Amino acid sequence: MNGFEYVGKYFTVTLEDVGRVFMLLVDTFKTFPRALRNSYLIVEQMMIIGVGSLPLVVVTSIFTGAVAAVQAAYQFQNYIPMRYLGTVIGKSVVIELGPVLTALVVGGRVGAAIAAELGTMKVTEQVDALETLAIDPLEYLVAPRFIAAIIMLPVITLFADFLAIMGGFVVAWAGMDVSSHTFFSGLKLFFHASDVYNGLIKSFFFGGIIATMGCYHGLNTEGGAEGVGIATMKAVVSSCLLILITDYILAAVLFRAVFMG
Amino acid sequence: MASDSEFIKVVGVEKSFGDNMVLRGTNLSITRGETLVIIGRSGCGKSVLLKHIIGLLKPDRGEVFVNGTEVTALEHRGLFELRQKFGMLFQSAALFDSLTVWENVGLGLIEHSDLSTEEIKSRASEKLALVGMRGVEDVKPAELSGGMKKRVGLARAIAMDPEIILYDEPTTGLDPIMADVINDLIRNLKKTLSITSVVVTHDMTSAYKIGDRIAMLYEGQIIYEGTPEDVKCCGHPVIQQFVEGRAEGPIPAL
Repeated sequence: MNGFEYVGKYFTVTLEDVGRVFMLLVDTFKTFPRALRNSYLIVEQMMIIGVGSLPLVVVTSIFTGAVAAVQAAYQFQNYIPMRYLGTVIGKSVVIELGPVLTALVVGGRVGAAIAAELGTMKVTEQVDALETLAIDPLEYLVAPRFIAAIIMLPVITLFADFLAIMGGFVVAWAGMDVSSHTFFSGLKLFFHASDVYNGLIKSFFFGGIIATMGCYHGLNTEGGAEGVGIATMKAVVSSCLLILITDYILAAVLFRAVFMG
Repeated sequence: MASDSEFIKVVGVEKSFGDNMVLRGTNLSITRGETLVIIGRSGCGKSVLLKHIIGLLKPDRGEVFVNGTEVTALEHRGLFELRQKFGMLFQSAALFDSLTVWENVGLGLIEHSDLSTEEIKSRASEKLALVGMRGVEDVKPAELSGGMKKRVGLARAIAMDPEIILYDEPTTGLDPIMADVINDLIRNLKKTLSITSVVVTHDMTSAYKIGDRIAMLYEGQIIYEGTPEDVKCCGHPVIQQFVEGRAEGPIPAL
């Protein structure tokens, strides 16, 4: 195979994948009215995706805020007054760090778990068994995970935003002699509620990406244990890449008003 | 409605996986209420044929009819409605490992009926009792042995009172005594519930015991159909080699 053929084949396969992901999404949306009646499945997934991810998110976000404080203080040196520390931490956490880092760690955890579970079900014929019981795997497996992820990701992101800011505050207060009044008045200075909403809109999409990639790669698993491993890896890699790409696209759309003046 | 002798009809089905053509124009008719056993070597496409009957796989060419309905032409929803008439026992039982035994058996009822949880659990226990599995309702499948899993799988297959049951190698991997228990169960189900059964196996003891008719799948086609007695004394060299389990003969062993 020469270089052109290789590139051409790679693009065809990728395009085919994109098409199949959209088909999966469309077919899953069609099952929503029926899937919503099985609310216990959605609640179960909300527990796994949301509540189960909390310990990881707590640690990630506290340290994210703490690092943001240290790095911001380092860059401020003696040029920028420390009362802007809260401003910088608040903005960067709410707009970017909170939604994206939460999505990346949850994507690793939940995306992998979904792909491994569905992949194992696929290779052990459990997905076929569902179909023989006249149960649609899209309705029974995919839809609850998708709905739970798009609901829970914004919720845990909000939680992560709060913890990251508190993490930053503790470092500033305990390690840099920044008083709580200075920190929080700085935080309020340029604080826009719309920044928080925009961050949450992003995490809504990130939740959809994580569930879709986990389910898509899980349901297309082939072979045995090796196949499950490959599916899990693909789910994590593709959701991380898509989160970062989507982050850029959404930033360009959501925050357009600001940088266009 | 189709005539009883063509309750299930497979017409010229062809199916390839990559370059490997597994089914090459397979034809088969199954009568209502009979047990048809499909024999053939491992990997010859028996399970693939079974999956075409219930619409888990779509043929590249050809049609499958169940009671006059063209399975191969059905769309998503229609297919799921048709499958409510079916039960299927998988080779590895394919129990849902995240659910308990009774939830496995009752899942169809949980999803398709408005019965209360207690009602479904008692129905699941009833079906489990039919296959001799009392007292394991709240156990997870991972704690069961292979034979027990098969029996739970069988209970799940009959939970929705199907008209047709498909068995994918029901006795493979079981000890001879457990295999005979499963054979008896299949015969009893047919007798008491007058179910149409399609059994895929390469276990000849089982085939003789449960089959009303036996069909042999070889090189992607049904090359012989007949009663167990016909099969025992038919002169067809391919059938004889398979039935007697010899490495020499018209079927290449390696």
